[in-house]
Amino acid sequence: MNVGLEHYLVVSVLLFCLGLLGVIVRRNLLVIYMSLELMLNAANLALVAFSRFSDTNSLDGQVFVFFIITVAAAEVSVGLALIVALYRRRQTAHVEDLTTLKL
Amino acid sequence: MNLDLLPWAVLFLPLLAAAFITLFTQHNRKLSAGLSIGAVVMSFVLSLIFVSVNGWGPARDVFVSWLTIGDPQAASGLYLQVDFGLRLDPLSLLMMLLVTGVASAIHIYSWGYMSEDRGFPRYFACLSLFTFSMLGIVLANNFLELFIFWELVGVSSYLLIGFWFERPAAADAGKKAFITTRLGDFGFLLGILTVWATFGSLKFELIEKALTANPQALGALATTAGLLIFCGAMGKSAQFPLHVWLPDAMEGPTPVSALIHAATMVAAGVYMLCRVFFLLDIPGSHALEVVAWIGGFTALLSAVIAIQQNDIKRILAYSTLSQLGYMVMAVGLHGPAPAMFHLTTHAFFKALLFLGAGSVIVALHHEQDIWKMGGLRRKMPVTFWTFMAGTLALAGLWPFSGFYSKDGILAQAAEHSLPLYLLGTAVAALTTFYMFRLIFVAFLGAQRSDAAGHAHESPPVMAWPLRLLAVFSVIGGLIGVEQLYGKQFPAEHIEQGASFIRELVAPFIHAPGVATFGLLMVFLGFAAAWALYRNATSDPLPEKLGALSRAMRNRFYFDELYEATVIRLHDFLAAVADWFDRWIIAGFAVRGTHGTTELAGRALRLLQTGNLQTYAFLFALGVALVLYLVLK
Repeated sequence: MNVGLEHYLVVSVLLFCLGLLGVIVRRNLLVIYMSLELMLNAANLALVAFSRFSDTNSLDGQVFVFFIITVAAAEVSVGLALIVALYRRRQTAHVEDLTTLKL
Repeated sequence: MNLDLLPWAVLFLPLLAAAFITLFTQHNRKLSAGLSIGAVVMSFVLSLIFVSVNGWGPARDVFVSWLTIGDPQAASGLYLQVDFGLRLDPLSLLMMLLVTGVASAIHIYSWGYMSEDRGFPRYFACLSLFTFSMLGIVLANNFLELFIFWELVGVSSYLLIGFWFERPAAADAGKKAFITTRLGDFGFLLGILTVWATFGSLKFELIEKALTANPQALGALATTAGLLIFCGAMGKSAQFPLHVWLPDAMEGPTPVSALIHAATMVAAGVYMLCRVFFLLDIPGSHALEVVAWIGGFTALLSAVIAIQQNDIKRILAYSTLSQLGYMVMAVGLHGPAPAMFHLTTHAFFKALLFLGAGSVIVALHHEQDIWKMGGLRRKMPVTFWTFMAGTLALAGLWPFSGFYSKDGILAQAAEHSLPLYLLGTAVAALTTFYMFRLIFVAFLGAQRSDAAGHAHESPPVMAWPLRLLAVFSVIGGLIGVEQLYGKQFPAEHIEQGASFIRELVAPFIHAPGVATFGLLMVFLGFAAAWALYRNATSDPLPEKLGALSRAMRNRFYFDELYEATVIRLHDFLAAVADWFDRWIIAGFAVRGTHGTTELAGRALRLLQTGNLQTYAFLFALGVALVLYLVLK
């Protein structure tokens, strides 16, 4: 079987949807965070696939992925710090308990 | 020095005094009173100087431009130019002298009369404001200015009638005076608007010129405009059916009553009618006929009521009403000159009578019922004799001032309308009757109460204004007042007496029948009073007249009638308005808007769960929707 662009994209979409679902339905902040990473990586996969299958052999997509990975790493460090701080303060990392935005 | 500055000073000095007292010297009784008296006396002196230097004529305006609206060349014709100016002609100059003169006497008298009162400085501030407002009416050179001062007089009368505001009766009387006159002023304002719409100007001089050039300028509106303007006079000069406020105005301090009844307020209506006489006296206008009959009816009605009043001030109040009726009637009979003449003499003797009454009231510790007086002649000689002079002048005995002015009016009536002439003479008899009833009961006979026994003469500060006014009440008819008004109004008959003696008997030469008959009526009234009240210990009339007397004592139930009709209707309308405001405006409109907004807010708040994942879900849904729309 010849693996083409479509297959990569289907996997990427599946990953993205899994991630989105995780963000929406899971209650634990850490798991939501992991799901978010999953969505980012789904995007990465799609970008790499586009780069690999482009006619011009352009490396733009792959370079873009490195950027995303870097930014994601930075984001994770900030996000995890926030979660830890939140947990210390509230003794919980469940989103149902974090509804102070509501009046 | 510029001579024209003097009238401005005359006008504004009392205002300055009022403002200064209110702002700075509220707590200094003597200084406040001194300022106020000083300002008014100064005004009087300046008026005298101005008149003696300037002379009485010719008529002219001194003014500054106040506001201009629109463009005289505009096609729309909307153009209004208002001056703030002074009209200087014999009419206004004489009134200026009269107002400042009488007001000076009353100010000085008040020093004695009000000396015990707590609100002494406030009283003088209001009194000065009153004088200022009246001077403004007198000197105004256009309708708008006149109207502004007209309302100022209303305000000051409200302040002064309700001076003892802690007494409910006084507070009510103040309100009544203000509201009743405001009713008339509404018509007056409409009249002014009519005049402006027709002539495009509010200046008396220009309107008069336009009317002289084209007497039909007002067209079919002539009668309406005249009557609307008369409405104003009807309120201020207390003519039937707006006469009800004047007797109640007796709740104010007595010098205020004197001021209201003599030189200011009620005089304003008659003065205004004379000032705009050119607007009333138009061929084809029936306004003057109505004016004459309303005046005549008021004169008769109030004279009849006066007969059965027992409060000394109320008798005088109804007498004022009656005399005002005379003046208005004279204006209505094409005689502004006799009307103003009577206004002038009346100002002297009515101020005198009121101040005399005030003197009696103070001596008796605020007793006003004439049946509790009696025998005051010996206790209070100055008051008695000056009061007597005022009474004789009011009754119209030759050669007192009232005789000449009343004769002028009666002669005018005899010439134009027989029924009104007969009515006028009847009122003359009634006037003499009720005034001598007052004299016999209050001053002669035996004392009827302890207070009357302990009465004593008033202090000089009160007695001297009485003496001064008494002199003018006696000679007021002979000092050339009538001739002066003759200069203003080319009247039909002004006795141009060559010598003093000739002037003294002029009425008998010009219209001997009228003069003699008038005097006869005076004697008739006197005889009736003599017969009934010479030694009376109680009023014999209620028994003889029965229900009629009761009706007179209750002022023909006008207050009750208004209570049942006008006030009831007003209360009903007020209740409707209250309901409308409570339920429609506040309930439906205001609270409805507020309720709808709040409800919408509450509904929208449900969307905000505060749950992170709801937002994430909605966000994803939104993105999906956008994607679907973009990629479709």
